[in-house]
Amino acid sequence: MTAAPAQSLEWKMPSTRKVAVISLILTESALFTIFLAAYCFYMGKSLNGPFPSQVLKFPLLATAALLSSSATVVLSEMALHRGNKGAFHLWWAVTIALGTYFLWFTGTEWNHLIFTDHLTLATNVFGTTFYSLVGLHASHVVIGLFLLTLVLVLSLLGKIPADHTEHIEMISWYWHFVDAIWVVVVTAVYIISTRF
Amino acid sequence: MNHDTPDENFQIPPPERIGEERGSLTRIVQEMVFTVDHKKLGLMYIASGLLFFVVSGLMAVVIRIQLSGPRNHFVDPDTFNRLFTMHGTAMVFLVGMPIIFGFANYLVPLMIGARDMAFPRMNAFGFWVFFFSGVLLYFSYLGAPGLYAAGSAPDIGWFAYSPLTAKAFSRGHSTDYWTLSLLLGGIGSIATSINIIVTVACLRCKGMILGRMPLFVWLFLVVAFMVIIAMPPLSACQIMLILDRYCGAHFFDTQAGGSAVLWQHFFWIFGHPEVYILILPGFAITSEVIPVFSRKPIFGYPVMVAASVMIAFISLGVWAHHMFTVGMSSITNTFFAISTLLVAIPTGIKIFNWLGTMYGGKLRFELPMLFCIGFLFQFLIAGLTGVMLAIAPFDWQLNNSYFVVAHFHYVLIGGLLYTIFAGIYYWYPKALGKMPDFKLGIWHLVLFTVGFHLTFLPQHVSGALGMPRRIYTYDAGRGWDLWNLLSSIGVIFQVAGILFFVFNLIYSYVKGKKAGDDPWDAWSLEWATSSPPPSYNFETIPEVRSRRPLWDLKHPDDPDWKYE
Repeated sequence: MTAAPAQSLEWKMPSTRKVAVISLILTESALFTIFLAAYCFYMGKSLNGPFPSQVLKFPLLATAALLSSSATVVLSEMALHRGNKGAFHLWWAVTIALGTYFLWFTGTEWNHLIFTDHLTLATNVFGTTFYSLVGLHASHVVIGLFLLTLVLVLSLLGKIPADHTEHIEMISWYWHFVDAIWVVVVTAVYIISTRF
Repeated sequence: MNHDTPDENFQIPPPERIGEERGSLTRIVQEMVFTVDHKKLGLMYIASGLLFFVVSGLMAVVIRIQLSGPRNHFVDPDTFNRLFTMHGTAMVFLVGMPIIFGFANYLVPLMIGARDMAFPRMNAFGFWVFFFSGVLLYFSYLGAPGLYAAGSAPDIGWFAYSPLTAKAFSRGHSTDYWTLSLLLGGIGSIATSINIIVTVACLRCKGMILGRMPLFVWLFLVVAFMVIIAMPPLSACQIMLILDRYCGAHFFDTQAGGSAVLWQHFFWIFGHPEVYILILPGFAITSEVIPVFSRKPIFGYPVMVAASVMIAFISLGVWAHHMFTVGMSSITNTFFAISTLLVAIPTGIKIFNWLGTMYGGKLRFELPMLFCIGFLFQFLIAGLTGVMLAIAPFDWQLNNSYFVVAHFHYVLIGGLLYTIFAGIYYWYPKALGKMPDFKLGIWHLVLFTVGFHLTFLPQHVSGALGMPRRIYTYDAGRGWDLWNLLSSIGVIFQVAGILFFVFNLIYSYVKGKKAGDDPWDAWSLEWATSSPPPSYNFETIPEVRSRRPLWDLKHPDDPDWKYE
């Protein structure tokens, strides 16, 4: 503006996409915190059964599937950065498959809980908080799977420009967030609350 | 940013293609609906906020008429419950939030030398979601009777304590309108706040390092962070309430082991930060106005930033001071009393820094400055009653009394609304290119200040004498008659003041004298462009070397960057 000493020419701002997704993850975390707090607050406060210790089994395979899908999505991204489209599609599809398995597991688990154990949202406060917390997470898995599938389909159709790697990376960030939340949920629901 | 040079191939479609010529009603409506320009959206936010302000202000007028004397029968108890619920909900979510977002939208990109917000379409989305959440809330008067023919507008109070919201006690759909409206409004607020964060983080012009941002931008960055952390708990509350009401869940159902107190915790985890979300923008406006009209740079800039961040941080851990009377443990009470008292420290720092800015300055008593001085005094009173209420045993006596009503109206009217008036008078010339009329503004200031104090000062007394809030009438001879009458008389002055304000806005637009680019001789970047600014904001993106870029421009012999 005025005759001032030369500033460093470097003026780099962070990417809008990254800041936006980090903010989104922050706000989603706040939402999960409240449902998690409700779950923890009501641990052991159900007036009638079924209780967590009677009906919940640790979902080993589903957890393994979801957590390893974080690894496969990283492999997929590394392939994308190398420019290896085939490997990118392959690992991306594996990620979708693992996520879908997780969702299928939740479906069968809920089916069993509802029709065999007779636990619904209205049975007791355990049912209320369990379905709302796990359901909130599952709904995020659904959103994540939708986004992942969208990318796969568009990429296979060749509709994703080559310079859109960061867009794809953002979806993987969201997926990592969904996985990370599961670690917290599974600890509270299937490890801590099964003592009640 | 990469759009420094306008795209030469871009052409504005000829107006006759969609609407008629420019200025016709269809054309204006079309522009409003299609626009993604942060300045237009900002003005639309403020305009719709003022519209809802008038509507829910009129509800308060009815409340005061009803309470003007003992055993008054102006409205029946059910209507009264709806009035205070709608008044409270609308003033927080449909007046406070949109007006502060309007200011953020209009000014943040201009102040950091950007051409628009980071996500213009998401910005428009945020506005329309907010607007329809407001329409939805008011539509409850017509829609809520529903199939049950029970209920009208929500009548559960703005914090909707359980079990009032349970299906058994709130039949019909009135509570559902409240719930869905707040859920929708929350989505809009979060979208706008993410937009603000990204804009501030990524779109600053060259040289605008964080330490050179105007305090206004700093405070809105803090506010946006508070919104994205504090708004989801409210959304979670609403989702739980819907599950309780429609899916048989037991979150707040004490008969099935649920807890009504949990609602209070979750609501106030949102509700208390919300108070700071509303008042920090007031600080933001004050921090711009006071230096310009004292002809001095802000006193203690880094401390002001630190105090703002501290307020935001502490405010996330004070919520249960709304709940001292529900019977928490003494440890909990003590913790929340102390954390609440801690807020007074950064707030006090701010007040001293504003005074430090004014001290020794060449004060110019223009309208924005006068409203900000009003803010300083009134907010101090609000802060002092706040400190009183933070002390748990004192709160046991006065919680849910008119003392609390007086306290938070001193915060929100004496604090926030006065700075909003200051902000509107300060940036009116920038947004509309005309100067606001000084004489009409003084009438507004005097009448409104008299009315405000006449209404709310006596409520401290009636509250201390034991008058509970939200009662629709009271017996004579309890010592409350005079104070309520004074309160109601004050409303006449407030309404007269608002009439002058609204008249001034219209009159100055038609008859006001041209403002020019920089009528207040100010220092931040929004005054570097024309009034009103062009849709691209700046012809060339400016470059900044100090906290007062326009000072550097006007005083090349003595620029600020030599000393910072």
